[in-house]
Amino acid sequence: MAEQTTKMATRKSSSAKKAARPVVMTDLTGQTLVTLRTLNEKNPASLATYEKLGGYAQLKRLVTEKIKAPEIINQVKVSNLRGRGGAGFPTGLKWSFMPRYYDGTKYLVCNTDEGEPGTFKDRDIIRYNPHQLIEGMAIAAYTLGARVGYNYIHGEIWQDYEIFEAALAEAREAGYLGENLFGSNFSFDLYAVHGYGAYICGEETALIESIEGKKGQPRFKPPFPASYGVFGKPTNVNNTESYASIPWIMQHGGQAFADLGVPNSGGSKLFSVSGHVEKPGNYEIRMGTPFKELLEMAGGIWKGRQLKAVIPGGPSTAVMPARAIENATMDYDGLSKAGSSLGAGSMIVMDDTTCMVKTLKRLSYFFYEESCGQCTPCREGTGWVYRIIERIVDGKGKMEDLDLLTDLSNNISGRTICALGDAAATPVLSFIKHFRPEFEYYIQHGKSMVDGK
Amino acid sequence: MLNIEIDGKPLEVEHGSTIIDAADAAGIAIPRFCYHKKLSVAANCRMCLVQVEKFNKPLPACATPVADGMKIYTRSKAAVEAQQSVMEFLLINHPLDCPICDQGGECDLQDIAVAYGASGSRYTEEKRVVFNKNIGPLVSTDMTRCIQCTRCVRFLKEVGGMQELGMVGRGEHAEITAYVDQSVNSELSGNIIDLCPVGALTSKPFRYSARSWELTRRSSIAPHDGLGSHIEVHVKDHKVMRVLPREKESINECWLSDRDRFSYEGLNSPDRLKVPMIKHNGQWQETDWKTALEFAAGQLKDITKQYGGDALGVLVSPNSTMEEGYLIKQLSEGLGCGNVDYRLRQTDFRLDGKRTGTPWMGCNIQEIEELDRILLIGSNIRNEHPLLAQRIRKAVANGAELCIVSPLDNDPLMDVAHKVIVRPNDMVNVLGQILKAMSGLQKLSLCLPPTLNTLLEEIKVRPNTQKIAECLAGISEELILIAPKVGIFLGNMALSDPRFTEMYSMAEAIGGITGAKGGILPPAANSTGMHLMGVMPSATGMHARAMIEVPRKAYLLLNIEPELDCQHAALATDAMAKAECVIALTAYKSAALENADILLPIAPFTETSGTFMSMEGRVQSFQAVTRPLGECRPAWKVLRVLANTLGLNGFDYNSSEEVKNKIFHGEKPSALVWRSLNNNLKELVEIQINIKKEGLQRIGEVPQYESDPIVRRSPPLQKTKYNIRPMARMHADQLTELGLQDGDLVVAYQDKGSALLKVRLDNHVAKGCVRVAAAHPLTAGLGDLMGDITIEKASTEHAALYEKQLTEMA
Repeated sequence: MAEQTTKMATRKSSSAKKAARPVVMTDLTGQTLVTLRTLNEKNPASLATYEKLGGYAQLKRLVTEKIKAPEIINQVKVSNLRGRGGAGFPTGLKWSFMPRYYDGTKYLVCNTDEGEPGTFKDRDIIRYNPHQLIEGMAIAAYTLGARVGYNYIHGEIWQDYEIFEAALAEAREAGYLGENLFGSNFSFDLYAVHGYGAYICGEETALIESIEGKKGQPRFKPPFPASYGVFGKPTNVNNTESYASIPWIMQHGGQAFADLGVPNSGGSKLFSVSGHVEKPGNYEIRMGTPFKELLEMAGGIWKGRQLKAVIPGGPSTAVMPARAIENATMDYDGLSKAGSSLGAGSMIVMDDTTCMVKTLKRLSYFFYEESCGQCTPCREGTGWVYRIIERIVDGKGKMEDLDLLTDLSNNISGRTICALGDAAATPVLSFIKHFRPEFEYYIQHGKSMVDGK
Repeated sequence: MLNIEIDGKPLEVEHGSTIIDAADAAGIAIPRFCYHKKLSVAANCRMCLVQVEKFNKPLPACATPVADGMKIYTRSKAAVEAQQSVMEFLLINHPLDCPICDQGGECDLQDIAVAYGASGSRYTEEKRVVFNKNIGPLVSTDMTRCIQCTRCVRFLKEVGGMQELGMVGRGEHAEITAYVDQSVNSELSGNIIDLCPVGALTSKPFRYSARSWELTRRSSIAPHDGLGSHIEVHVKDHKVMRVLPREKESINECWLSDRDRFSYEGLNSPDRLKVPMIKHNGQWQETDWKTALEFAAGQLKDITKQYGGDALGVLVSPNSTMEEGYLIKQLSEGLGCGNVDYRLRQTDFRLDGKRTGTPWMGCNIQEIEELDRILLIGSNIRNEHPLLAQRIRKAVANGAELCIVSPLDNDPLMDVAHKVIVRPNDMVNVLGQILKAMSGLQKLSLCLPPTLNTLLEEIKVRPNTQKIAECLAGISEELILIAPKVGIFLGNMALSDPRFTEMYSMAEAIGGITGAKGGILPPAANSTGMHLMGVMPSATGMHARAMIEVPRKAYLLLNIEPELDCQHAALATDAMAKAECVIALTAYKSAALENADILLPIAPFTETSGTFMSMEGRVQSFQAVTRPLGECRPAWKVLRVLANTLGLNGFDYNSSEEVKNKIFHGEKPSALVWRSLNNNLKELVEIQINIKKEGLQRIGEVPQYESDPIVRRSPPLQKTKYNIRPMARMHADQLTELGLQDGDLVVAYQDKGSALLKVRLDNHVAKGCVRVAAAHPLTAGLGDLMGDITIEKASTEHAALYEKQLTEMA
């Protein structure tokens, strides 16, 4: 792996560094959970390890016992698994949208293009447990009748991509991928596609365009990928964590998965905790775990400081001041009730030394740079918003800028082809809503209320 | 049908239509930039956002299909707010300097901003600047004005057939650009000017020369190809400033070829002949009309009296009007002359007298889109009829299969199912193979005349021709059609070929078996009309080729430059030089008319009224859009007065309209056309299947921007990449065989003439052929367009001569 890293020096990412990776795979009860099952094993990514833990047994069982698709889909529905990429759409329901009978190739796509600041969970799945993803995709392919699958991997993670390619080679060799699997007439070819690091390619239709070799730009929906996806063929797109949950669901049953969580939010979930905590990393916890417990697992706020705010699901979800999140539970309904959303579970924790104005500048710069430029409100609006915030940070803000920012964000939101426009608007709206005095102070004094700079 | 409601107005709309379709049909205005009815839906400008009941977000009208019971509000608070916000976003980075923008006054952004924009801007940050791109001599760019609607990108990809523009960069850095250091080379590129909703793409020749509101818009008909495209000529101070398409769905849709759009620049050429001229002792002298006409009449009278009417040759441009054609035919008859012809670039006249009617394209232009199988014979369709190529492209996009039999393998920018690229001589054999294979595929016994059957017996069907036959019969890898709609068309190269009769007969026979529509694709604006008028030799008269082969004492030329417009340039030049008197009715004074004796300045199509008949038999009249330049007069008037001066009867027409009435006997033109158009032959002509000839054959294609005197003088078209000087283009194998290399200088010999040419490697040319463009001074010494040719390596003296020629031309 090391040689390859040097070879690909131009594309090296943070994963190439020997970073500490305090990934915790259990919740406070110490119970082994779902998607990172192999983590504590010696060679977590290897096929042997995965097989030792019962890997590919479910795929083999479903295929050889000729379990019918509706039965599998029903288990997924019962499991209450909701899309782990951020939108939280029920996976079982999505699977039922795929046309059952179709005269041609159907495709399966896995979205491992996590590019939002603070998201790094899918990377650990392909790094430590790639075979569970492969098995999950193969089960989905068997269920949905897909002949070919692609795993689209974010451009900035090269090593993990190679690990996944190696896992694919192992799985092909072992007869878990390819033609007539287990002597049945089920055939499935899976390929890894390495992206080029554009955030927009995490949007499923832009991702599909990119797989097709085109510039990654979202398509107008409808038609949805289930009817017009890769190469215009029916395509099912799910997040890495969603697929990786499937083998567990098949093994233990949908109800067992649902029981891991709370009503409406089944299963366990990976949370990428970053920011001002003592032990940042990925935490796989049951849905509905109180925020406080998760924070405790992550070692609490660093340097003994106070919690100021949390972005619970990635920058496209609304920021929550400490008081709003302290008593919230980490699940779809819990965070929604508290005024934000679960998103992809990318929790960014901010302590009381954080300047919210400067933080917002950084976040809006991200959306400004990552807008694909296809449709007007996002292309023009994100640049405008960023420039205003930049001006405020430069000490040239005007009081009316705050209302303008709110107005512009509302004008972007809901008027674009894809959700990037909404994502760009959310931090602006929520930061100003919850921390308006800090913005006003900055505009009046030309410096930050927090650090005085 | 679905029942929906827009702004409270109940509407019945077709299943599958979008909100914008429904609104447009009902006359409800929804603003838009990226949407265009002829292009794919992009939904990227977001200007057409409307409110739809039960949806919490505004939806783009262009991309939202209607559903039964849908209630749509285009002017509700939510809709207007959405539209206004998009307008605001569009304007923040767009320069707000309409007074210095060429698009000002005819700009969608400007118009819609008036309706949906605020009076001031809330944007106080720095604006984006995008560098301009040089995309060629026709389209000017001002990229900072671009609003990224991608209409131009989609047009070139979907209609033009090749994506020559694209959007690179992300977000605010996104910009439209061509390939690195490349221009946009589509022969339909001018349409992106019309499509651009802002001032980002404007017409380079027209730029900053007039404001749209200063222009008078007049309707006319495009005069350069056989389509009869509808155009709108914009005139200021009696000068044609630009030409735009006039929408006509059944002909040009809303498009226009670059040739039709930019040729007008040739109308204002310094070459224009403004006064009559007579050559005295080898010197041109300006004169008045009376003197000129009396002199011309005197000459004509003297020569025809002395040598008989047969001593006169009358050559007529197929781009002249029906009225002009009719009058010149009458005039010739009055002088007892049967030598009249418009088929200047034809060499095979064996079908004369064998036709049952006027040959035409055999179907309507619009029908091409519906064909399942298309066979193109000897046609470089994009060069000959750019918009017809576009129709075929549409058919292919709809699933039609295109087969090509041609000596040139030029990319038609669409999928070609099967092609056979061979020497023109061998094309006859290939067509014979197709015919033979076809007959084997038919369930019915073949009813070919026994003579043809005997001929076919010697032919061996090759696999690729078998494929074409199967394709035309409906057999395909994809889907087998029992009764495919087939179209078979013969293009310019077939029309100019000495084996045209064979090709035509074969095509007719193949068409008979397949039940195909089709026929010839006449090259010029009025070729079909000229045939209908009978602007052809009388029973004893000489055709165009014979008239120059056996020089006449006098020539009457209408709207032509003999060495550039005739099949055999060398013979034409020679004949003109030998003649006692050459009278040219021409809009231009040119080197090609040096051998003339009298020049009578006539008005080009913009300055006269008249009628063209298109390849699909559409009779279309047009009026003058501006007054004649200088002393120019409409050719019909000149012919009328010349006839009067000659003392001929029956020429008392007061308008071109009267001439037209005379032509059609007061009948509806379509009635005469309906009776006259017919591609069938009365009897089979004796044909030869195997033409075994050694040696090289010339492919004398006429480049599209050299096709007639107006186009030849349009500077912007001459600057395009299509306008490269003629070269001897050959296949790599051919070059090896001749021991030549790309860039060598050679002498090309045809008959007694020759030309110095640079060699160019061109693997699109069939082996055994040399592609040497015609209608160019460099090749004016050569002979038949599709005749035999010999190539010899040039000496050092030749090199100096070649350089001299180039300097002279420059």
